[in-house]
Amino acid sequence: MTEHLVDIQNITFSRADRIIYDDISIQIPKGKITAIMGPSGIGKTTMLRLIGGQLTPDKGDITFAGESIPKMNRKKLYHTRKAISMLFQSGALFTDMSVFDNVAFALREHTDLPESVIQTLVLLKLEAVGLRGAAQLMPSELSGGMARRAALARAIALDPELIMYDEPFAGQDPISMGVLVKLIKALSEALSVTSIVVTHDVSEVLNIADYVYILANKKVIGHGTAEQIKGSESELVQQFLLGKADGPVPFHYPATDLSSQLLGDLI
Amino acid sequence: MSWVIQLGASTLDNIRSFGRAFLMLTGALIALPQLKNVRLTLQQIYVVGVQSLLIIMVSGLFIGMVMALQGYTILVGYGAEGSLGPMVALSLLRELGPVVTALLFAGRAGSALTAEIGLMKATEQLSSLEMMAVDPLRRVVAPRVWAGIISMPMLALIFSAIGILGGHLVGVDWLGVDSGSYWSIMQATVDWNKDVVNGILKSIVFAIVVTWIAIFKGYDAVPTSEGISQATTQTVVYSSLAVLGLDFVLTALMFGIN
Repeated sequence: MTEHLVDIQNITFSRADRIIYDDISIQIPKGKITAIMGPSGIGKTTMLRLIGGQLTPDKGDITFAGESIPKMNRKKLYHTRKAISMLFQSGALFTDMSVFDNVAFALREHTDLPESVIQTLVLLKLEAVGLRGAAQLMPSELSGGMARRAALARAIALDPELIMYDEPFAGQDPISMGVLVKLIKALSEALSVTSIVVTHDVSEVLNIADYVYILANKKVIGHGTAEQIKGSESELVQQFLLGKADGPVPFHYPATDLSSQLLGDLI
Repeated sequence: MSWVIQLGASTLDNIRSFGRAFLMLTGALIALPQLKNVRLTLQQIYVVGVQSLLIIMVSGLFIGMVMALQGYTILVGYGAEGSLGPMVALSLLRELGPVVTALLFAGRAGSALTAEIGLMKATEQLSSLEMMAVDPLRRVVAPRVWAGIISMPMLALIFSAIGILGGHLVGVDWLGVDSGSYWSIMQATVDWNKDVVNGILKSIVFAIVVTWIAIFKGYDAVPTSEGISQATTQTVVYSSLAVLGLDFVLTALMFGIN
């Protein structure tokens, strides 16, 4: 049996009056790349925030290495987060620091390593993402793809057990996308780290993911290996994979009847 | 009925937001004893304090000059222009120094703090700190709160000092009030505890309120461009109103009733 690093058990989560997840379960196998896909606005980023303990589910439990995240006290949660990294969609680099200082940030905050060791570690991390030459640049001087790679170097600074990627490919040109796909795969293998990739870029992620979950309509509508997903018979899964405009996920946002609205019966 | 519902909802909303603001402030103030924070606090003192010096000094100078000019034209009618020194000094130390400094601080540094923290929130920098197991209250909020509390009383004192010199410039050098009486009557009238210390106390209270509002508004801002612009405006409006209202309360407590 595969060991699960993160185990999401029957969680329900709602925001204001809107239910985001309705009793869903996801298991993230250790040392593998798991993709969570789904249409925009389905709350994929919310899932990562739940795993990171920034949000708490209404019902159900989320465990990380066997320990319940929602039940942790603040101190324990902060301690656990040292083993979890998250690559934000925007990169979220600290704009008042150079790339080097951004990557060194977590090391300086959480370790007592001498500056010379930190320098070596940071340069190695930057080398891994191909940005050693950009160490002294400020985040505003980086392109979108470079910013995301710099953020990736920062995310692996403390050698985490789990890296969560929030839409790593969104808005990237084909070259940057290729670089990121290669990096996620390479880092996962080299550091034997567990990865969760939240995305809606189907073809990129199916190439690298060991296991895939597809979320829609507040539920998991399909899961399996990339091959199993491609061969899924679910109409919803196929609509998503093939990018069809209409299907089980309707093209139209729910609305009243068009003719009655145009004739002025309803607003 | 709908307005009753709205009133109830907005009251609850305000109480909740006050609760969040209180938690943020206590979370930040408890975070003082960290060595790393001292360096960050010094950096912030430079940003909110030293960089506000110019506007504070120029405003102090002009307000002192205007006070001397206005005071002279009234006092000279009673032959009391010798009291110009204490008039300028007391008005500045007790009221104008702390109040105008707080208002300028809200506009110059408070709005910048709100926008900075709001943008850090919008660009997910605060979330990313949390995910890196660094508490943003300690790393971002605490140094700014302490920097505000430390800087503003000093700025208010500098404001008053420059104002008194401005008053001297107009009253003595220009309008011909006797320099000796300007300084000596001031010295005899101004009381250390009653006037100077109370002015500093006022300034500390204003510092806490203005910095608190500024940082909370940024921290609680809706992370969109509209949300941040609204939060920045609210910082200046709420801080100014809070300072003026509190000034009356503090004046009543300090000088009102014996």
